[in-house]
Amino acid sequence: MSALSFRLPWQSQQRVLPGFGLSLGISLTFVSLVLLLPLTGLVGELKGMSLSQYWAIITEPRVVASYVTTISGAAVAAVINAAFGLLLAWVLVRYDFPGKRLLDALMDLPFALPTAVAGITLATLYSSNGWMGQLLEPLGWKVSYSWVGIALAMAFTSIPFVVRTVQPVLEDLPAEVDEAAMALGARDGVAFRRVILPHLWPALVTGTGLAFVRSLGEFGAVIFIAGNMPYETEITSLMIFVKLQEYDYAGASAIASIVLAVSLLLLLAINLWQGRFIRRLHGGR
Amino acid sequence: MQRIGDARWVRYSLISAAVAFSALFLLLPLVAIFAQAFASGWSTFIANVTEHYTLAAIGLTVLVTILTIPVNLAFGVALAWLVTRFAFPGRRLLQTLIDIPFAISPVVAGLVYLMLYGRNGWIGGWLDSHDIQLMFAWPGILMVTIFVTSPFVARELIPLMQAQGSREEEAAVTLGAKGFTLFRRVTLPNIRWALLYGVILTNARAVGEFGAVSVVSGAIRGETNTLPLHVQLLYQDYNTVGAFASAALLALIALFTLAAKALLEWRVSRQEVAA
Amino acid sequence: MSIRLENIQKHFGRSQALTPTNLHIDNGELIGLLGPSGSGKTTLLRIIAGLESPDAEVGPRILFGERDVTRVHVRDRRIGFVFQHYALFRHMSVFDNVAFGLTVLPRRSRPSSGEIRAQVYRLLEMVQLEHLAARYPAQLSGGQQQRVSLARALALKPEVLLLDEPFGALDAKVRQDLRRWLRHLHDELGFTSVFVTHDQEEALELSDRVVVMSNGRIEQVDTPDQLYRNPANRFVFEFLGDVNHMEGEVREGVLTCGDAKLHVELPEGHQEILLRPHEVTLSTSADEIAHLPAIVTSVVPVGAEIRVELTAEWMDQPWLATVRHQEASTLGLSRGKKVYARPLSWHHYPQGTSAAAQGAAQPA
Repeated sequence: MSALSFRLPWQSQQRVLPGFGLSLGISLTFVSLVLLLPLTGLVGELKGMSLSQYWAIITEPRVVASYVTTISGAAVAAVINAAFGLLLAWVLVRYDFPGKRLLDALMDLPFALPTAVAGITLATLYSSNGWMGQLLEPLGWKVSYSWVGIALAMAFTSIPFVVRTVQPVLEDLPAEVDEAAMALGARDGVAFRRVILPHLWPALVTGTGLAFVRSLGEFGAVIFIAGNMPYETEITSLMIFVKLQEYDYAGASAIASIVLAVSLLLLLAINLWQGRFIRRLHGGR
Repeated sequence: MQRIGDARWVRYSLISAAVAFSALFLLLPLVAIFAQAFASGWSTFIANVTEHYTLAAIGLTVLVTILTIPVNLAFGVALAWLVTRFAFPGRRLLQTLIDIPFAISPVVAGLVYLMLYGRNGWIGGWLDSHDIQLMFAWPGILMVTIFVTSPFVARELIPLMQAQGSREEEAAVTLGAKGFTLFRRVTLPNIRWALLYGVILTNARAVGEFGAVSVVSGAIRGETNTLPLHVQLLYQDYNTVGAFASAALLALIALFTLAAKALLEWRVSRQEVAA
Repeated sequence: MSIRLENIQKHFGRSQALTPTNLHIDNGELIGLLGPSGSGKTTLLRIIAGLESPDAEVGPRILFGERDVTRVHVRDRRIGFVFQHYALFRHMSVFDNVAFGLTVLPRRSRPSSGEIRAQVYRLLEMVQLEHLAARYPAQLSGGQQQRVSLARALALKPEVLLLDEPFGALDAKVRQDLRRWLRHLHDELGFTSVFVTHDQEEALELSDRVVVMSNGRIEQVDTPDQLYRNPANRFVFEFLGDVNHMEGEVREGVLTCGDAKLHVELPEGHQEILLRPHEVTLSTSADEIAHLPAIVTSVVPVGAEIRVELTAEWMDQPWLATVRHQEASTLGLSRGKKVYARPLSWHHYPQGTSAAAQGAAQPA
């Protein structure tokens, strides 16, 4: 009898809606098979490696140079995106002008456009005889085959993150917040810095953080414009790809484990930070 | 009503800056794709996209996309139903787990699949001894595509279904609705636009996935070459016009995605006004 | 500081929110803008504040004392504004919210941080919240938030304080307290206050004078007492309390409606009279002045009085009458009992004019 009446704590109340078992079954199967199981492949590959071997691979000078290239490119892209993403979100929410809907739709282009297409297009545009390259190179600005091109491609693919996280928060900001600041005598600049920006800050940091994480892993958009010179314009994703093509699976896996750990940690950090901020604004609820 | 930044000169300079940036940074590349694709005329474009290997790449991409969508649709709906309609331990964890594909570099995603299902992997080795090859073949491409596109449907549905709550479904249960009828008659009409948008995003990403697919594909022309990989091959062969002809096809799908999104948002906002 | 408004008109798109309006408010007055939603009261308040600008083509003028502020931006008008939903800055502590106005002053006129601190604590003491200075708005109750909002608005010592439905979002008890407390603050500090409300009780209790508005127009400006006793027109009469109607044909001084009859001194023809619940008495028999039979449908004790609801064939809508407890038990009032209503006095507003006439029924 006791076995029959045994219930796990969360089963104590009768479920009103149907489909718990089915949806739980599908979800768990999918998450385990598609998302989690493959990660064990990486573990399997790393198991056969000693710690010193692992350390040697991930600190190989060419690999370290690729970290520097990737991180600095992603950082520059994130800063560009923070500034222009904020500007675009502001303009799209606060002003009315002809073509606004078109501009709004255009914001999602980098997410909708395949990265390889973005890659060859940017590479062509900024090559020495491309539309932009022709204009910029006489000025001494070399974009293709330099870190500038890498940052540009990263910024292109990740700009929607900032726009689309800041936009809804700005939309929800009630007019009274502006009005209260103005009624208390604040000029536009001061009011923006002290009242509006703090409201947008969590969204802006989250969006910029997501853009940064995305840029760290970007591959298709970058490799065409980067030139991929070892020690100079070689990104970490390409490093992994090159090792795979050389059948150096252990090396590829070691580097991939670093990339994976960094992205997951960053994502976790963004989530925790955001949670802390939201608790303050909503009084612990 | 007056708001911060409403002064005419502030407004005009900010709008100009935003429009200039978007034109240069977003619109110009889009224009360039089509300009390059049609650089040698319409007939060359047609010849390029009807070329044998291009057609094969289109076929493979369509196959992978058609198989990916139903899988992720089923998963997305099941997961959204689970986490928005029931409370159970591990719910938050499950919601976090589905974001993994967003955080992982596509190359790393391809790599983990290759390590598991490739000849050296513990599953791949067993499959190999039974003469089944998943990696460097279309099933591998399908598997990584499902992986990278898995969050889209769920991510569109969860916030909406959370906001709508389960009152309507509970009312339907008291009226005797059961199981799938309940979902079809009560839930589905409320979520259909989000569901459609989730499918459109899944479609766009499935068609365009590059990094993960390039790791597991092997890029054999006419066999395991998807359209984005084909673009890369042509571009590296210095066949720029050919590469951009295929790129233009992919860009068209992107434009369709943007248009569909704008249309769906317009519909939803009109429904909200009417309500 | 006195406020003078001349030719204030406002359109939003094609709809008119305010017809050309003039209003004078004396220095130190506490004025209530009262009206239903859409009456233009909030628009008028926001125009005084400078949050909206009046239509330019009719030559509007807004004067604070002798100072013409028509074209002065809200940030330079030196007003205090209290918002309906408090509009506190959520990311700032209570202290920083109250200090905000002082810290954004131009450097020349900005007090030192020590002075700001002292002043903010003085204000917080005044609103009895000094112990919550370090809290964030989300950690406060609605009433506390509104007090912070008031302290914030008063930090710059404005001579004009404007409040937009300041107590609308609070529950009844807190609302009572805050009202009394605002009145006290107003009297002590001597600024000129204008507040918006849709609650007639609040307007009548708090204001020196009430501005009653409807459809973008000022209907009447008067002291609460005058307003209640001499409503200028039918709208004001109806808006300020419960009203009973009787409508019918007047022939030879008798208003007839179905089997109801009432002696009135009104011209022949179709007429309508209005009366308040306290102007109705009940008895068990009719007399020669009034024959108004009705059936009691509900008897509800409300404080010192009993509220009786009456229906009859001749009424469009049920009547309300208030009687004393003793009277109710003498009459033996209960649901279903047949009674006769008798007006002590009544009001009449001829159609299309704002002139009022009143009549009183002589005691039998």
